[in-house]
Amino acid sequence: MLIRKAPDIASSEITPHSLYLNRRRFLQGAAAGAAMLAMPSIGSRLLADTPQKLQFSKWPGSTSEKQTPFNDITHYNNFYEFSTDKNGPATLAQNFRTRPWTVKVEGLVNKPKTFDIDDILKQNPLEERIYRHRCVEAWSMVIPWVGFPLANFLKQVEPNSKAKFVEFTTLWDPKQMPGENSSVLDWPYVEGLRLDEAMNPLAILAVGLYGQALPNQDGAPIRLVVPWKYGFKSIKSIVKIKLVDKQPVNTWYRSAPGEYGFYSNVNPNRDHPRWSQKTERRLDGAGFLGSGHRIPTQMFNGYGDQVASMYSGMDLIKNY
Amino acid sequence: MAMRIRWSKIAVFALCTAPFAWIVWRAFAQQLGADPVNEITHFTGDWTIRFLLITLAITPVRRLTRQYQLIQFRRMVGLFAFFYGCLHFLTWVVLDKVLALQALGDLHFGSLMQQMGLDIAKRRYITVGMIGLGLMVPLAITSTRGWIRRLGKRWQKLHRLIYFSAIAGVIHYFWLVKADTSLPRLYALIVAGLLGIRIVYWVQQRNRKQRASAPAAGAA
Repeated sequence: MLIRKAPDIASSEITPHSLYLNRRRFLQGAAAGAAMLAMPSIGSRLLADTPQKLQFSKWPGSTSEKQTPFNDITHYNNFYEFSTDKNGPATLAQNFRTRPWTVKVEGLVNKPKTFDIDDILKQNPLEERIYRHRCVEAWSMVIPWVGFPLANFLKQVEPNSKAKFVEFTTLWDPKQMPGENSSVLDWPYVEGLRLDEAMNPLAILAVGLYGQALPNQDGAPIRLVVPWKYGFKSIKSIVKIKLVDKQPVNTWYRSAPGEYGFYSNVNPNRDHPRWSQKTERRLDGAGFLGSGHRIPTQMFNGYGDQVASMYSGMDLIKNY
Repeated sequence: MAMRIRWSKIAVFALCTAPFAWIVWRAFAQQLGADPVNEITHFTGDWTIRFLLITLAITPVRRLTRQYQLIQFRRMVGLFAFFYGCLHFLTWVVLDKVLALQALGDLHFGSLMQQMGLDIAKRRYITVGMIGLGLMVPLAITSTRGWIRRLGKRWQKLHRLIYFSAIAGVIHYFWLVKADTSLPRLYALIVAGLLGIRIVYWVQQRNRKQRASAPAAGAA
């Protein structure tokens, strides 16, 4: 059941989206030109977007657990493209350009295509999905994402029968992403899913959170969210999606194969070599002095009913 | 003169407690960010290593700058390294192990000891961290005037254990970071420098002794 949220403003006040974009691009161009002549710092502040409100329906499967405050979701980010410091991306990603932006979908598909982000936003009905988000570092959040099923998106390019896996790639642009100048990881960031995982109804491409366009530090303009896997699988700022026949080598696996596997399903029975995964620090601003609270970690992050069947017969300790 | 030293000691003491006051204030003001437990763990660990480095820096600094009275502060700074090390240890025990067992509904003395023992045995960064802290225990105990008198020359030898404590601290840090080793590398470089300069001092001293004991006419 999809219930459309009533728009906040009268329809007469709404500028047609294409016109809005054209006007926006013109203003951005003018501002950028002025900025070149004047002070670059002021120029870039002019370019910074005011949060763009999104139209979406409410997905019925959302969790009712207490949501992590917006400020914590936007100031505690593992986004090594900007910084290895968790509150670094919030400032370093401020001037990250998310327009123009395209997502190239290629590989073992019948209809390869490069999508413009604004077309993606127009063509895919958005839903708000409140998911648990479990980081491999044993902390977790509850995040109201806005996005759409990855399956719907992939169907548009018609994966052929040889396609077995999906490989995602983040933007590589060291000028904008200062962390990419360091060698902490192999850039660009790559993640992968088995095709059936990618087609699972829980897997979404997110374009927003808390009802507005994704903040830059959370993976704007478009990112993957696979809530039954550790957070690093949910790759950010995607520019390429490729359908392939071999299991992709994901970045963290390449960096430390004994610690971060291809599957990386949330699994309290398989410890990280350096810490236990049996419990997690739920960061929801509640608890003593707002320090959150410690809770047991659930298999598949509590999404077993929807995903466990994909792994039946598999040894999930070996295939971590 | 005596008064001046006393006042400066109070000032250094206050400076050494500042990081502790800072983290307590931030905790109560709820300014520890999204993940306070993680922040407290890293903060106390960071300051343990920093105080170990400051302690090790006092000897070379007083020799290089000829500010020999700096020795007055070495014991206190060393004890603060131990203090922050204990806070770091307690953070691990209470905010990590105890809370985890409580969440699993299995908190009692036996399970706590077992979980701590397993962690120390299984995870090498915890093993080496415990060694580093453990080495500081005899140093803290024998830091009193009575013990200095009782141990005489052996006191200095015993307190060279701090070299190994600092090395253990840096290895502990190296082994626990995920990918970005820039800070542990910096600490390692500083420890190497501070221990390297001691080797230079030791060689110089040996040469001087040899020259002094040689039956050369130059000594006359």
